[in-house]
Amino acid sequence: MTTESLTRRFQDKIDQELKIEPKDWMPDAYRKTLIRQISQHAHSEVVGMLPEGNWITRAPSLRRKVALLAKVQDEAGHGLYLYSACETLGIRRETLIEELLSGKAKYSSIFNYPTLTWADIGAIGWLVDGAAIMNQVPLCRCSYGPYARAMVRVCKEESFHQRQGFEILLTLCQGAADQKAMAQDALDRWWWPSLMMFGPSDKDSIHTAQSMRWKIKRFTNDELRQKFIDMTVPQAEVLGLTIPDPELQWDEASGHYHSGPIDWEEFGQVLRGNGPCNAERLEARQRAHQEGTWVREAAQAYAAKQIEESKKVG
Amino acid sequence: MTSTWQPLDHFLLMRGDDCLVLGHRLSEWCGHGPVLEQDMALTNIALDLIGQARLYYQYAGARLGQTEDQLAYLRTERNYFNAWLVEQPNGDFAHTIVRQFYYDWYENALLEVLEGSADEHLAAIAAKSRKEARYHRQFSSEWVIRLGDGTEESHQRMQVALNRLLPYVRELFENQPRHQMLIADGILSDVNGLWEGTEKEMKAVITEATLSFPVAAALPARGRDGLHTEHLGYLLTELQYMQRTYPGLTW
Repeated sequence: MTTESLTRRFQDKIDQELKIEPKDWMPDAYRKTLIRQISQHAHSEVVGMLPEGNWITRAPSLRRKVALLAKVQDEAGHGLYLYSACETLGIRRETLIEELLSGKAKYSSIFNYPTLTWADIGAIGWLVDGAAIMNQVPLCRCSYGPYARAMVRVCKEESFHQRQGFEILLTLCQGAADQKAMAQDALDRWWWPSLMMFGPSDKDSIHTAQSMRWKIKRFTNDELRQKFIDMTVPQAEVLGLTIPDPELQWDEASGHYHSGPIDWEEFGQVLRGNGPCNAERLEARQRAHQEGTWVREAAQAYAAKQIEESKKVG
Repeated sequence: MTSTWQPLDHFLLMRGDDCLVLGHRLSEWCGHGPVLEQDMALTNIALDLIGQARLYYQYAGARLGQTEDQLAYLRTERNYFNAWLVEQPNGDFAHTIVRQFYYDWYENALLEVLEGSADEHLAAIAAKSRKEARYHRQFSSEWVIRLGDGTEESHQRMQVALNRLLPYVRELFENQPRHQMLIADGILSDVNGLWEGTEKEMKAVITEATLSFPVAAALPARGRDGLHTEHLGYLLTELQYMQRTYPGLTW
């Protein structure tokens, strides 16, 4: 069969909403796009453990400590399923990790911002996980089977995390003045970076059109961003917090909130490695990997010895 | 400087503190483990241990009219009664595994007898914790073997860690004079009597790991009296930061 007819058959399958599975033929560009996207997603889960992990040892109550620890552990679990989903595309996890550690692969820029107070843990759950859910719910219908299935599980846990984050902020907002101020400060710092999580504006997004044809993506960046704003503004009202956007207002005609312009210069800077914590995050991953080398080597050596032993016995 | 605690309250705090302090140490690994699977495994153990700490604090708290958070966040070093072993810093993965290994063998031996405690509440906590403790012991023992019998480097690191931490182990198996009545009443048992059998079982694992059981004198550790190494102060500073900075608030 010619590449042309294979491609036609592949696209037909997608158009009929059938899943592409690992052994099916797929265009190289589709495979590469998925590897890029799924590995970035996996890396984001793993790097995302760091800003939240920053508050595990200082969580303000035992109940909060246990919940945060379990949450960060869930992120590690998401990283694992996503690396596994990515491996079905014929690339090894070790290679993907090397790409992260060398700075070649990207992860979500949001994790290059610092968690400065306990309220940041609430804000990350509410806003960052909230934005992630917006992005990820449509991915449960992604054309690539293993990715779609991994996302079903990830989304369930993320929505639990989001509620947990909201509840942290609600407790602060119903508490003392210091606590409410802490919550407002967290919203002020996390709001715009959360909006940037949806990626560049549609007119500047180089991947969107093709990914939509392949049904990897179902909505454009701007559509998802708008959905997120529409969902989040009323929640901020429940909390009694002010979203740091003077232009924000309900637009009767469109049925959406109108919001002010995003500072794409800041987005570009963080993406280029000049965010507040880019170097620290990467160094933390590099250090963990390097200090773990002897452990991984020992585990491999031991497993190899066990195989030798069982051969002798067998 | 130290408060006078009833013997049973002291014991409950001592157990809660062992679990919380070790759980806290393990939680420091979260996001920094040698490989994702082990990162998750250490976090699991941390979660179990902090969960166990809460059971002891809740029981003590009900007796003392305090909440679990008041007990965890508002006691000072001199009123923390954990053993020295659990407050030792994580070090490399070998030190973390060895600390866990020694602790797990102690905890399993202790919980096994506490399950038969004349105090029903304590017996119930022990029964619940023991299921988790068995899994922890299996995990740490498997890693002692894997790393002991892995590469030359891992073998050396493990031997260093075993030697370094063994002097802290005997403290765990010392009977406390203030617990004598509890032992007489069948609420606690003689922990000193658990040492011999436990030592033998630990030796068997260490031998299988091709490592040697260290010969070392015990340290004059008095964590059970609220006398600690310098490490605990820093740990509590971090643990208690929010409650100390914003007294009396709900989080």
